[in-house]
Amino acid sequence: MLNRRLTPLSRAGILAFIGFVLLILSRFVGELRNYQGAQVAVYVIAISSITLLTGYSGQISLGHGAVMAIGGYGAALSFSLWNFPFELAILFGAAVGTLSGFILGVAAARLSGPYLAGTTLALAVGLPTIADQFKVLGGEQGLSFDIGDAPTWVRKIGGADFTQYKWFFWICIIVALLSLWAITNLLHSNYGRNWRAARNNAVAASLAGINVARGKVLAFTVSSALASLAGALFGLLLGIVTPTAFPLSLSFAIVTGAVLAGVSNLAGSIVGAVVLVAIPEVSGALATHLGGSQKVTANLPGLVTSLLLILVVLFMPNGLRIKKFKGKK
Amino acid sequence: MKEGLVVKDLAIDYGSVAAVKGVSFTITPGELVAVIGSNGSGKSTLIRAISGLIAPTRGSALWNGETLLGKKPEDLVRLGIVHISEGKSVIPELTVAENLALGGIWRRDKSDVKLATQESLHIFPALTTRLEQRADSLSGGERQMLAIARALISRPQLLLLDEPSLGLAPLIIEQIFVAINNLRKKYGLTVLLVEQNAVSALKIADRGLILHLGELIRSGSPDELMQDPQLRAAYLGF
Amino acid sequence: MFIDTLLIGISSGAIYSLMALALVLVWRSTRIVNFAQSGQAVLSTYIGYEITVKTHNYWISLPLAIVCGALIGSLVDLLFMRFLSKRIKSGPIAEIAPVIATLGLLGLIQSLIGLIWGNAFLQYASPLSAKGFTFGTHTVPFSPQNLFIVIASALVLGIFGVVFRFTNLGLSLRAASFAPEIAQLAGIRVGRVRNIGWSFAGAAGAVAGAVITPTSTLSPNSLDLLFVSGFIAAVIGGLDSLVGAVVGGLVLGIGFSFILQYISSSVTFLVGFIILMIVLLVRPRGIFGKGVGRNA
Repeated sequence: MLNRRLTPLSRAGILAFIGFVLLILSRFVGELRNYQGAQVAVYVIAISSITLLTGYSGQISLGHGAVMAIGGYGAALSFSLWNFPFELAILFGAAVGTLSGFILGVAAARLSGPYLAGTTLALAVGLPTIADQFKVLGGEQGLSFDIGDAPTWVRKIGGADFTQYKWFFWICIIVALLSLWAITNLLHSNYGRNWRAARNNAVAASLAGINVARGKVLAFTVSSALASLAGALFGLLLGIVTPTAFPLSLSFAIVTGAVLAGVSNLAGSIVGAVVLVAIPEVSGALATHLGGSQKVTANLPGLVTSLLLILVVLFMPNGLRIKKFKGKK
Repeated sequence: MKEGLVVKDLAIDYGSVAAVKGVSFTITPGELVAVIGSNGSGKSTLIRAISGLIAPTRGSALWNGETLLGKKPEDLVRLGIVHISEGKSVIPELTVAENLALGGIWRRDKSDVKLATQESLHIFPALTTRLEQRADSLSGGERQMLAIARALISRPQLLLLDEPSLGLAPLIIEQIFVAINNLRKKYGLTVLLVEQNAVSALKIADRGLILHLGELIRSGSPDELMQDPQLRAAYLGF
Repeated sequence: MFIDTLLIGISSGAIYSLMALALVLVWRSTRIVNFAQSGQAVLSTYIGYEITVKTHNYWISLPLAIVCGALIGSLVDLLFMRFLSKRIKSGPIAEIAPVIATLGLLGLIQSLIGLIWGNAFLQYASPLSAKGFTFGTHTVPFSPQNLFIVIASALVLGIFGVVFRFTNLGLSLRAASFAPEIAQLAGIRVGRVRNIGWSFAGAAGAVAGAVITPTSTLSPNSLDLLFVSGFIAAVIGGLDSLVGAVVGGLVLGIGFSFILQYISSSVTFLVGFIILMIVLLVRPRGIFGKGVGRNA
């Protein structure tokens, strides 16, 4: 769908069209679907950050949930404490996340495989605890990021019953489409090619003139920009950011979503995001069907996700490939 | 009746590339046969298929009537077939003594293992003083000696040697080849010697096989091969 | 005060060392970090718990839990890991696939535990007191159970050390993990040996679970943070090094203990992250890790 034969302009056109369709659809679906649609949009951004980092640049991060937290807290902080308008707050969160990503990326460039995995894992568990230490970050109660209802001019376009969730959906979809456009262009540019070359064979790539270390840092930085952007939106959807909103399982979830779709397959990040949001719903329904006992309801989503994950990795290691265009991987 | 190594129509494909194309030959017990060829001739692939490291596409290989293909390398060691692989034949992180011990770990007859170890050290006295040193402190020639010493402790009948001269200085190569020749006569070993260094190999061989791009193009006695002008130009350098 | 903190640090450090050991054992032979380790360990602990419920005897449940841990480890290798290694050869997925697969296995084990035992916090009863030793008026926050933890861990680590250095099995394990092909050609049944390595790792994890759980509660996720600490300890010590696992564990345990005492409990992992970063900055492969020349 977004392959290299298209120019950035035509990609923009396609994405704008998709956006338009989705925005119209939002008027016809219920509240829950709008909220879930917003969640999917946020996961798409988060998953695409992993696609870039791991699929293209070959670096593994088990701590991107922590990066999302940085974005979320940055946005909430500027919104609650300094009264930024929410758009600027989101950008601020992303900016802080980008800077952090740069610092992490510099440290990460020297680390390989499991050492990087271990470091990001430690970050994922350790970072949220900062919030407990500094009162300005709200401690356990967290910081509010409640943006309220849509402004009047939007409501005029949106129609009479333009609820807050519809507003969330619009914001997230627009940001997601913009990010997808930006990242697709980036991945199909020289940067993307250099990342893949370095991932496949670092020695050969540097002999060919590619600055591998700089590429890795760049990848980590851009990936963190996306993740923190997603984190800011994540906080927006929750209306609040707390230390427990970004647990270790979030880091695992977005890596899971990326793998489900094929870790270097960007279009598949949409599939991954949908699956991540759909699983709790589907297994909830299944659990009630099976009697609805406490044990079953609590554990069925996890069972389904784990089984799905194992099956995908064992039988479709390259993910649920969308086989429309046969290009080189 | 002991028949030795019988290889029939052995072929190995890597995907669409035929590395070895239908090779057949026999090595009678006690013979030392040298397989000569340049890079890409398939000789390493051939020896790795015989020792069980890779699965051939078709063909058969028998040692004294028993089929080798489909068996794992560790099983073939128990049949008396020991493969000393090219370049990496000792484990650098282990000591010399530990490397030697690997040769006898799988064997039941521990007293014979002790005996064989002493014999090996007698043949290669340079190792005796370095037993507690890590193998990565040994020179190339010493590592080769260690590999052969270890192989002997397994009491092999068929020795598969993959380019033992690789990376060694000419003087050391001489010593190694002389040692191999003496050993095989002393223990009655059958040896399949794969080599790029054709001259050294043919000096100690009973027969030579020339492999080119996966095919067996010539076989004969060392004298015959060394006097063929084409072969001399291509492989012997004079 | 200092001694107290040090003692606690040694106690938790011992547990981290055990977890780190389990991870290093599997890493060296398969080049895979087994994220399912905490699931395997907690499953063994649940089985131990069941046995204490039935027999009211901790000392019977302990060895049985360890045996179960070994069996589970062996089964994970035979049924899961073999299959995984065959399917994943190369490509962008090769490094990340084992991580995801073992994470999936972890989730699977924990969900199954939840379905069987439920998610409520259980108490794994031990006859040893969890209250600190008292010397006159001073109570050390180091209890008989803590002492047992240190003794048990030291025993297990010692046994492994002896097996690795002085037995033929240990030699085979080391040979198979350093150079599987050469080991094969020397007659070592590398498949069997690797499986034994997995059993050892499973047993180590089971010991860790069975001795630490009596000091808190048992739930499907109760060993997760222990796994993270074990992983950090293994990385600090160098993933290739068994000695590193022990050193890393102690460094982390003592470090955590002092942070807990003198700063606050909530930032322990943040400090862990900082310790990790400092170590890796100086030695990107961990303290005892292999030099730069070798591929991870």
